[in-house]
Amino acid sequence: MNKRLKLILKNPGFQSFLASLVCIVLGLLIGYIVLLFINAEGATQAILMIIKNFFKYPSAGAAMKYFGSTLVKAAPLLMCSLSVLFAYKTGLFNIGAAGQYALGAGICLYCALALRLPWFVCIVFAMCGGAFLGVISGILKSLCNVNEVISGIMLNWISLYTVNTMLAGVKEETSHYTMNISNVNTDALLPKLGLDKLFTNNQYVTLALPLSVIVAIIINIILDKTKLGFELKATGLNKFAAKYSGMAEKKNTILTLAISGALAAMGASLFYLTGYEQWSVTSSSVPAMGFNGIAAAFLGGLSPIGAIFSSFFIQHITEGGAYVDKTKYCSQISDLISSIIIYLCGFVLFMKQFMNNMIRRSELKKGGKG
Amino acid sequence: MGNEYAVEMRNITKRFPGIIANDNITLQLKKGEIHALLGENGAGKSTLMSVLFGMYEPEEGEIFMNGNKVDIKDPNDANALGIGMVHQHFKLVECFTVLDNIILGTEPVKNGLLNKQEAKKKVLELSDRYSLKVDPDAIIENITVGMQQRTEILKMLYRENDVLIFDEPTAVLTPQEIDELMEIMRNLRKEGKSILFISHKLNEIMAVADRCTVLRKGKCIGTVDVENTTKEELSKMMVGRDVEFVVTKEPAKPGEPVLKVENISIAAKHKGIKAVNNVSFEVRSGEILCIAGIDGNGQSELAYGISGIEKLIEGKLYLNGKDITHDSIRERNIGGLGHIPEDRHKYGLVLDYPLHYNMVLQRYFESEFTTRYGFLKKKNIRAYAERLIKDYDVRSGQGPDTWARSMSGGNQQKAIIAREVDRDPSLLLAVQPTRGLDVGAIESIHKKLVELRDNGKAILLISLEMDEVMSLSDRILVMYEGKIVGELDPKETTPEELGLYMSGAKNNMKEGA
Repeated sequence: MNKRLKLILKNPGFQSFLASLVCIVLGLLIGYIVLLFINAEGATQAILMIIKNFFKYPSAGAAMKYFGSTLVKAAPLLMCSLSVLFAYKTGLFNIGAAGQYALGAGICLYCALALRLPWFVCIVFAMCGGAFLGVISGILKSLCNVNEVISGIMLNWISLYTVNTMLAGVKEETSHYTMNISNVNTDALLPKLGLDKLFTNNQYVTLALPLSVIVAIIINIILDKTKLGFELKATGLNKFAAKYSGMAEKKNTILTLAISGALAAMGASLFYLTGYEQWSVTSSSVPAMGFNGIAAAFLGGLSPIGAIFSSFFIQHITEGGAYVDKTKYCSQISDLISSIIIYLCGFVLFMKQFMNNMIRRSELKKGGKG
Repeated sequence: MGNEYAVEMRNITKRFPGIIANDNITLQLKKGEIHALLGENGAGKSTLMSVLFGMYEPEEGEIFMNGNKVDIKDPNDANALGIGMVHQHFKLVECFTVLDNIILGTEPVKNGLLNKQEAKKKVLELSDRYSLKVDPDAIIENITVGMQQRTEILKMLYRENDVLIFDEPTAVLTPQEIDELMEIMRNLRKEGKSILFISHKLNEIMAVADRCTVLRKGKCIGTVDVENTTKEELSKMMVGRDVEFVVTKEPAKPGEPVLKVENISIAAKHKGIKAVNNVSFEVRSGEILCIAGIDGNGQSELAYGISGIEKLIEGKLYLNGKDITHDSIRERNIGGLGHIPEDRHKYGLVLDYPLHYNMVLQRYFESEFTTRYGFLKKKNIRAYAERLIKDYDVRSGQGPDTWARSMSGGNQQKAIIAREVDRDPSLLLAVQPTRGLDVGAIESIHKKLVELRDNGKAILLISLEMDEVMSLSDRILVMYEGKIVGELDPKETTPEELGLYMSGAKNNMKEGA
């Protein structure tokens, strides 16, 4: 019986799952402790609110509607986490996903509002923009040996202000937000495919949901079943062996970051083309989506399928944070708590290693009896 | 009484999941003797030493020193008891002086300030007494490997250790330095130190040791007096069967040149100098050409240059008459270059890939393994790997699904050789193909190389092992400081002569040739 338990514990898939679970629980626990410190009275209710999110609505219809809203924001998060994990498989850390996401948002909104193009053209242009940023990082990395994290962070700022400038021409006259797509160019809105009906007429539930899941599956197939995936993973696991066996590791670096950038930018268009939110042209930081993508990728055990669930979870608690009682806590509390939980989610790999060490140590110590 | 033993390890048993690393081993080190510990890789030598140093706690068994039972919990306990070790890979701070390294950790302090003068006096005295020639003020990275090793020995003597353990100390030395080391060990014995000498080189054990304990697969096969035994007997105890020391091979029948190297130079990694300096030679089909030399004289860079991992500064390379100077690694591979890399973990394998993926590392894109649309034909990859595993006797726990990381070093190397040989290259570049392998694996790899040669392949062997160079090669080139300093015929030369070339004392090449 003990033996069977050990076998299960050693299974890498189960380990990832368990590690993710432990991180989630730890994150919630620490979040709870922070809430207790700030205001012990409302802490239990607040943390329950975060976990419950849309379940707080008593009527099924309302719950469904807000479930839909969580999903609408989970789709771009999934795309960002795919972007991060795809690069990670090749040994690259695409922190530039945030900037690629921002540029994707800028391009798709510009195409939709200024050029009045239909949604699929907007997506394609946005993806080209994201890929372009990825290629810059890739070229700097492979030809000039500039770390992709450094160039990624720089490009994040460059793309933020580029987008602010670019969209200044299509903002509403009375606010600093971009115009509403549904008033300007309904062709640019993503088709709903009747999905809105499922979620109590939540008009923002669109094609984006199934599309992002399909992309996750495609990424999974590319990584697992194709020649390209074989090369990319080999390069990520051991770039020296990849070079020795004649793989073009420089070309692969550029290609990976290009695909990665396109994924993040596509994520942005899958969100902004629903019309759920407008871009503020006075933004002073890139949307957090790209950075949350890093946490979602790790929480999902760096598997595209795992990312589907982890992205939903992270979005779930982020949304839930908005329901925390604002009379007991200041308004930043929701961001604080969800970021603590997300932060802990990044510890999955560490947790996995820790568990492995524990198993090994227990084996070494009592190896004699086994 | 048991007082004649400096260290006595009685009935040590240490188990790991799945294997018994040490099975009831008894090792008795007499005072003032040189005791050899002989065994193949994985025989349990390092585990036994780790037990002695308190890094592992044995399930059974006891350790006695000078007749008293001791309890060694960690390496500090071992040091306190006067046990010191010279590791195979030296533990020295490269940018410190010899003296600094010797006193490191036991720095003499006077009024809170470092007092090096006194330490220096003691070191010089020790170096005189044991005839260990060192310059206390030299920086480690500027001195020879032999002197670095003497620094390590002085470190143990400075700490007044009485039990000295040498872990495969000759692996990095030239023949002359090995002779010197043997003399040093004899001196230490004369001064009453007890020495445990871990090795799998039988010649050295025969030359210097008094007694020898042989381990095989975790079991103690026996302890013999070296005086009353032979090399053959020892090797039989170690391997469990008779081993052929001499590689039997017909005279070579060299044919056309396969690889032509013309005046190539390759940059060194850091120092802005040429690691390979204007080197030219040819390798013909049906011959084994060996590049001999002490580690770090440009052999690794030469291999990188030929395989395409490093770019050439100047010169030309021809493979089968075709200029490959500017070809990519893949073009060279397809053009008939096979490469057994020096570092099998860094270059040879993707350790976190399963074996069947590793077997097609250079061929995965061929139509046998990938469809027109870029999908892997996993079934074919697996079948191919299964064939290689069978044909080349690669042993692995779960066949083609075994993770490369979990395989033994010998089988990892066999897998690489299977992969390279099966691509049917016209030139096989083998860099230290038997490094770190045991006698049985070495024997089988040597046989394979000779077989390839007899099938008309050209083999360029880069080796640091004197025995391997002497027994395997048809022609020897010696490299020293990036240049070829000698061409020798293995039938006419001696290890001593080879050693003179390797240390730069001799040169039979015309300048600029």
